[in-house]
Amino acid sequence: MNPVGFPLLTAVTFFPLAGAVMLLFLPRAKEESLKRAALVISLVEFVISLPLFIWFDEGAAGMQFAERVPWISEWGVSYSIGIDGISLLLVLLTTFLTVLCILSSWRAVERMVKEYLIAFLILETGMIGVLVSLDLILFYVFWEVTLIPMYLIIGVWGGPRRIYAAIKFFLYTMAGSVLMLVAILALYFLNGKATGEYTFDLLKLYQAGLPATTQYLMFAAFALAFAIKVPMFPFHTWLPDAHVEAPTAGSVILAGILLKLGTYGFIRFAIPLFPVAAFKAIPIISVLALIGIIYGALVSMMQEDLKKLVAFSSVSHLGFVMLGMFAFNVQGVQGSIYQMLNHGVSTGALFLIVGMVYERRHTRLIADFGGLARVMPVFATFFMIVALSSIALPGTNGFVGEFLILLGAFKANPVYGILGATGVILAAAYMLWMFQRVMFGAITHEENRALKDLNLREIVTLIPIIVLIIWMGVFPKFFFKKMDLSVQNFLYDVKARYESATAPSGAGQGASPATEEVPGSKVDSTIGVKE
Amino acid sequence: MIDLVWLIPLFPAVGFLFNGLIGKWLDLDKRVVGSVACTALGLSFLFSILIFFSLLKLPPEARAAVPDKVLFDWIVSGDFKTVIGYKVDPLSIVMALVVSGVSFFIHVYSVGYMHDDPGFTRYFAYLNLFVFMMLTLVLANNFLLMFVGWEGVGLCSYLLIGFWFERDAPANAGKKAFVVNRVGDFGFLLGIFLIFAHLGTVGFNEVFAKAPSLDTATVTLITLMLFVGAAGKSAQIPLYVWLPDAMEGPTPVSSLIHAATMVTSGVYMIARCHLLYSMAPISMAVVAIVGAATALYAASMGLLQFDIKRVLAYSTISQLGYMFLAVGVGAFSAGIFHLMTHAFFKGLLFLGAGSVMHAMSGELDMRKMGGIWKRVPITFLTFLVATLAIAGIPGFSGFFSKDEILWQAFSSNHGHLYLWVVGAVAAGMTAFYMFRLLFVTFLGPCRASEEVKKHIHESPPIMTIPLMVLALLSVIGGYVGIPHILGGRNFFHEFLAPVLGGAPQGTEHAAFSLVRPVFASGGAAVGEGVNMELLLMGVSVAVAIIGICIAFYLYIWKTEVPKRLGERFKTIYTIVFNKYYVDEIYEVCFVNSTKKLGTFLWRRFDDGVVDRSVNLVAELMAWLGSVLRRIQTGYVQSYALGIILGAVIIIIFLIR
Amino acid sequence: MPASVTPLYFFVVSALIFAIGAAGVLIRRNAIVVFMCIEMMLSAVNLTFIAAAHYLNSLDGVLMVFFVMTVAAAEAAVGLGIFVLLFRGRKTIRVDEINLLKW
Repeated sequence: MNPVGFPLLTAVTFFPLAGAVMLLFLPRAKEESLKRAALVISLVEFVISLPLFIWFDEGAAGMQFAERVPWISEWGVSYSIGIDGISLLLVLLTTFLTVLCILSSWRAVERMVKEYLIAFLILETGMIGVLVSLDLILFYVFWEVTLIPMYLIIGVWGGPRRIYAAIKFFLYTMAGSVLMLVAILALYFLNGKATGEYTFDLLKLYQAGLPATTQYLMFAAFALAFAIKVPMFPFHTWLPDAHVEAPTAGSVILAGILLKLGTYGFIRFAIPLFPVAAFKAIPIISVLALIGIIYGALVSMMQEDLKKLVAFSSVSHLGFVMLGMFAFNVQGVQGSIYQMLNHGVSTGALFLIVGMVYERRHTRLIADFGGLARVMPVFATFFMIVALSSIALPGTNGFVGEFLILLGAFKANPVYGILGATGVILAAAYMLWMFQRVMFGAITHEENRALKDLNLREIVTLIPIIVLIIWMGVFPKFFFKKMDLSVQNFLYDVKARYESATAPSGAGQGASPATEEVPGSKVDSTIGVKE
Repeated sequence: MIDLVWLIPLFPAVGFLFNGLIGKWLDLDKRVVGSVACTALGLSFLFSILIFFSLLKLPPEARAAVPDKVLFDWIVSGDFKTVIGYKVDPLSIVMALVVSGVSFFIHVYSVGYMHDDPGFTRYFAYLNLFVFMMLTLVLANNFLLMFVGWEGVGLCSYLLIGFWFERDAPANAGKKAFVVNRVGDFGFLLGIFLIFAHLGTVGFNEVFAKAPSLDTATVTLITLMLFVGAAGKSAQIPLYVWLPDAMEGPTPVSSLIHAATMVTSGVYMIARCHLLYSMAPISMAVVAIVGAATALYAASMGLLQFDIKRVLAYSTISQLGYMFLAVGVGAFSAGIFHLMTHAFFKGLLFLGAGSVMHAMSGELDMRKMGGIWKRVPITFLTFLVATLAIAGIPGFSGFFSKDEILWQAFSSNHGHLYLWVVGAVAAGMTAFYMFRLLFVTFLGPCRASEEVKKHIHESPPIMTIPLMVLALLSVIGGYVGIPHILGGRNFFHEFLAPVLGGAPQGTEHAAFSLVRPVFASGGAAVGEGVNMELLLMGVSVAVAIIGICIAFYLYIWKTEVPKRLGERFKTIYTIVFNKYYVDEIYEVCFVNSTKKLGTFLWRRFDDGVVDRSVNLVAELMAWLGSVLRRIQTGYVQSYALGIILGAVIIIIFLIR
Repeated sequence: MPASVTPLYFFVVSALIFAIGAAGVLIRRNAIVVFMCIEMMLSAVNLTFIAAAHYLNSLDGVLMVFFVMTVAAAEAAVGLGIFVLLFRGRKTIRVDEINLLKW
């Protein structure tokens, strides 16, 4: 059941929550020790999440580290968690970024430090919970749990329009998730009626095999919830507001992880639960993704506020993720997952960097800067590397992801690939133009002349990111091999069920699934939890 | 020995890391930084030479079949697999030699040139990074790794053009270079996608082995896409606009990146893919025509410029056009040959220009120079050698390579008389503007200010020695490829033949028969091809000499004539002088319209439509609430009334 | 009690008292009068309980009456306290001038 004989995944999920409870007992006045405690908690969390990566068996395709305890057994709800190669990497990204976020909040947060740190740790539990849940109700609980701390982080520690942004964020996301809840319940009852077993178990519901029209409706409900979270064009407008108002660490987590929960939701829930609808939705999602890529880049180009620029660039990058995912081939999906990680790392770093310069100048308007490279050379170097990663320069992580996505999209439909690739040109344009206006040229504002370069804490925050950027760009195999089998099975499974559902004769097993992508037959190993 | 090929790019990478991290961190002395950078390059050069000789020891047919040196798997995803691996064959080793050799001399020169610059360490870190990327590009054994180098050199180009980033012009030029290159890279990327989609691999060996299975339409599309990439990197029409602006970078950078190495990578790429191109006659024609057009067009823009480096930049574009003309007519080894000789003499010209700037307190406008040849004799002499070479005067390297291209443009299966004519005219223009540059800069009366005049001095040896070495190479570099007709054995082509195949030997083909009537009176039936080659050679030399004579007439003898001509043909003069207003047109068509679109999408569409509709939903709810809340009056009695009415209704329902 | 006095008499009377009380709650403006009207309604209910208890021979109704009276007493105490405070603050106990229970 579990290679360690210890509920490691539960520990990873709830350790931050336990840490948050611990923080409650520390005196509010000792801010420094509160921060230290939170940092230690997040570091320990990161360390205990590492064994997941080390002990993860890349030769097995099913869910690993799985745990299953009945929760509300009358209704078929269970506490069922587990990870595969896809969620594994995102869990690690979460624990990794949380450490950096707490480090970056050292100076930025001045009021209610205790509550802030507690909110962050609860948020971490919520995010990991979403990533490991294998039960729809459990998933939904965690999904909503992530909302509240983020709402508070934006609404309490945010900028001048924080209330507006927080409420918009909350309500917008909520509107989508309520529809999803309805779809979850409908799925529960329909499946129960059909099979006689009323359960919220995700892996069992994969096999539900609903009729196509029902699938369309439910997929639409799920997809709407996730599309708002991603955010896909045209549901993206909460994002710039939320990013602009959120404190730095909030933006990092928002861009780094919370958005990924949307894309992850597609790959874990919406697509495998409703494969027929997902395949039918390829043109819609792909076109929206392409619009997102190009539109996000064009709008990003003209932004005057740094954070807004990065926020719109996120829309563009997440468009790539969705494009790759709906290419439904190995390259596209792997690239898409890799791009989720990349975006978490690079865009997270961009927000950190914007936050650093904001702490010094208390402005984020591009026009207020210029010539910073002269006074802050170390900062300039970090900024440059991160910007290059964001525009997918070969040798950085961004390239591997975007290349595979575009390759996959091109294989699926050359037009998608070509249009998507134009985003690469635009990315260079908006990023470098922004970089030039902020960093190059003569110093036009006297206030900028005396800016201090990065201090040790900031350098320590950024170095892991830089190392990761290069590492992920040069040795992607290190990460790919962990998710390889999971992705192949995801594709195999989804395609097989799509084909059997749409096979004209209705004989599900007789129809041959599209095997051109995935050699060998591994379909049975995806279904059950690895015992 | 050949297995150690990975060391060639490794040395500059180590140099980059050392200078970029340790050198910056500890603020090391300039001598340390400079020596580390130069040593790294020296070692690269040394290993290139050693591997070259090991390769030479092999029998010719084995040279192209050396197994790739694979370091490790890079991206593996499903059936897609790429490695970090290096390929050694005559073509890549020639490129590695040229790149590491020229880079080495330019590094040495830079130690002197950049000596007083505060960004000395940064400069050498970038320069080493560039060489690393360039060597990755030429030694890569698959398209994707080549693309890494391809974008990597673009990055270094960006960083080095914008080296003096405090000023707007370099920063703008750097960004322009990167973005325009990205447009080209877009094409390259699509080419890679197509190759993978049809062949299932991106390794050179596998691709070329499987290529014959492709149909012509596909291969044409692939090669055209790759050519878009090459046109971006090698500054061909219509993507050449970044190169003249790139002259904002330090002069050794212009020399290394924007003349000798990086900009030629497009030519290298096409030569590398010659098998694909050979299968696609339409693409070949496109390459040749674009190359010829660029050669002529850029040369015409070079005629009237006054900025030394800009003249050289247009000249570079024009020469790159020549190389594309060569590969476009199927004379791949001739293209590479010209690439090599061009690296020598154009690198030298830029370094010479740098030396002149050094002497003239940074002046670039040749109108403010003149008569300085006595004060800077080494610079002048080496510059003269390079100018003679680029003008194609017999005996200098440029003569051999350029004449071979012209001959092939005429005689090859893919050639055409018109291509030859365009090439010859461009050659004449080249001779003219290069000698104009030489005359105006070094000869005649000195027009510099008194202040500048006082300081005119020859550069230190660390700068002049690289000049002399490159001057030597500019002379003898051509002798590795003396054509058979002049009694040579054309060693260069023989060496490349295992990769690129023999140079197309055309004596009987369409283009030839087309012009036969013209020369019918002069040519004998036997040995006609041989005579024709000599004849064309003579014509092109004559054209060059005519160009030189005109330059002499206008800029030494009758110096008032150019002005009169300028007045006379004012419209043409203005158009050409302003570079046909292409930059302005691009600005309006692409840059401004994109910005306008972006602003429109943001302000009008995003804020005005998308977000507005979201907020409208919220406002609708708020409005609904504001209506419904009126029910709550706040008066106890109205609530009581509500309670009682409710009770009554319930009772009615109950007793019914 | 004469046999001709059926429970209906009690119910009619209590219904009348209840209706008068309810009308008073809705119509009168003085909070104390409103309050007294509420007490009247409660008393009407009590009367119904007592009558029903008597005729059904059950103690349940009587028991309820005690509850109602207790609650009424407590309510009177709290309610009058509120009125005193309200009068201090607003110098009025007219219910049409007090609309704090809004929104």
